[in-house]
Amino acid sequence: MRALLSTLLIAVPVTLILTLVGMTRGILADSEERARGIGADIWVRPEGSSFGTSLSGAPIPEGMVKYFEMQPHVKLALGSVVQPIQGVTLGVSGVDLDKFSQMSGGLQYLEGGPPRGPDDIIVDQYYAAQEKLRVGSTIKLLGDHRWRVSGIFVSGKLARIILPIRRLQELISAPGKVTQIFLKLDDPKETGAVMGELKMRVPNLQYYSMADLTSLYSVNTYAGLSAFITVIVGIGVVIGFFVVCLSMYMAVLQRTREIGILKSLGASNGFVVRIILLEGLLLGLGGTIIGIGLSFGSWWLIRTLVPASVQMAIVTEWWPIAGAITLVGAGLGALYPGLNAARHDPIEALAYE
Amino acid sequence: MNNGRPIIEVRGLTKVYRVGKVDVPALRGLDLEVKAGEFVSIVGPSGSGKSTLFHIIGGLTPPTSGRVRVADRELSEASEADRTRLRKRTVAFVFQKFNLLPNLTARDNIAVARYLAGMDRKTDPEFEQVLKLLGIAHRLDHRPNALSGGEQQRVALARAIVNRPAILLADEPTGNLDTENSQAVLGIMRDLNERLGQTVLMITHNPEAAAYAHRTLHMRDGRVVDEQAA
Repeated sequence: MRALLSTLLIAVPVTLILTLVGMTRGILADSEERARGIGADIWVRPEGSSFGTSLSGAPIPEGMVKYFEMQPHVKLALGSVVQPIQGVTLGVSGVDLDKFSQMSGGLQYLEGGPPRGPDDIIVDQYYAAQEKLRVGSTIKLLGDHRWRVSGIFVSGKLARIILPIRRLQELISAPGKVTQIFLKLDDPKETGAVMGELKMRVPNLQYYSMADLTSLYSVNTYAGLSAFITVIVGIGVVIGFFVVCLSMYMAVLQRTREIGILKSLGASNGFVVRIILLEGLLLGLGGTIIGIGLSFGSWWLIRTLVPASVQMAIVTEWWPIAGAITLVGAGLGALYPGLNAARHDPIEALAYE
Repeated sequence: MNNGRPIIEVRGLTKVYRVGKVDVPALRGLDLEVKAGEFVSIVGPSGSGKSTLFHIIGGLTPPTSGRVRVADRELSEASEADRTRLRKRTVAFVFQKFNLLPNLTARDNIAVARYLAGMDRKTDPEFEQVLKLLGIAHRLDHRPNALSGGEQQRVALARAIVNRPAILLADEPTGNLDTENSQAVLGIMRDLNERLGQTVLMITHNPEAAAYAHRTLHMRDGRVVDEQAA
């Protein structure tokens, strides 16, 4: 029972680490997929904006959309307004849906279709599942406004919730302004040249190519995320250390007599340390395996309860890392009880009741 | 089986335990000589130093002073590692409380002793005969809690002799057994002594048990005060 409880306790930080890393990867991968789904070759964003924080507000004059459309090689320019509704992971995007269809190839509807009335909204399948929405359902968003779901689309393009741009500009009191502009070129090979030209002509905006996205949607881009993961990993090591230390200390106390018996049979101090360490490492290994199993439980829970707000990936390359972290904690945790056991006087140990 | 060569030589042995701030002498200048192949009983009241003597001869604790020579090894100056090596193959214990590892089967309890001595798990045919003699060959796959007291002590005896130790130290081996099992265990120990030449030192409070030995030493206040031949 002690070993089982210890293994379960060790599994907790393993699950914590794998869930956190999985969520980070999942959210970034989902965001990148939706960015690529737009079909643009160049992103234009306000100066000072960062991929590590959510975009909000609409600081770019909408007239810039037309300006960019007139530039050489720019086939299509699409302005977008973004209004976060839940941190960095969930927001409403406003676009001209016809132009968006031209750029992205169009949304694929599972139910219903594009917004028809002023209070119509479209959502992706994950947001619909999370909020239990069907076509015709109403939802309160952006203050107390009630919206009617006119369509549910296949996720993977732009955003989870989409409105016509004019309606969103009106709601956030930003008429004639956009948050970002997507450019589609007649030849993607010209991306570098076009970006260079645009930077010269309009230097107070930021330009990103689609090739930049992979590096932009990484852990290091998000301020503090890497440090946050390091802290959680550190907590995992500390929890593993204390759980194993306490468990093995209890085990040594429980087995004082057995240690005495082994010593009477000729077991050396080194042998006693080794068996305690081995048991600690086995607890760590068991905790890692159970923790990996529990991370699938986290994945299932997230996918079932909040599929739109949070995405979690199963990051298999972190299994050995989490295992190594746990084994280091378990090994260190077993060391003191092991040394303590080795120091037992065999005569006193044999007399222990 | 007495070939006349002393396998245990003890001269002027003292052992003082520190209990809090008080020194408690357990052995006070004890002399002892046991020849290879002897079966010796040690009797005496509680606190006379019998178990302490066993612990020193068995290398579980070092002497405070005096000379202790066991199977050609000088224990007075021996390091802890030397004493650990002594327990692997040269000296073996049988305890009153059996002291089997509770989570292992009888077979594995015996195998642990083999492993710690650096020997193969597989035992030789002669030891298989000893297991039959002990009457536990059919009980080896049971854990201690499924064995009777007599069976547990016989497993402990098998574990003690599996590595062919030069000396078997039995500390009240029949203290927790009924008469029938006591006689069985004592009979086996005498048989091992007679058939294999096993040197046996046995602590007992029971005069009938002591009578199984070639001679009986009486201890009092940390010394041997009397000796009786069988």
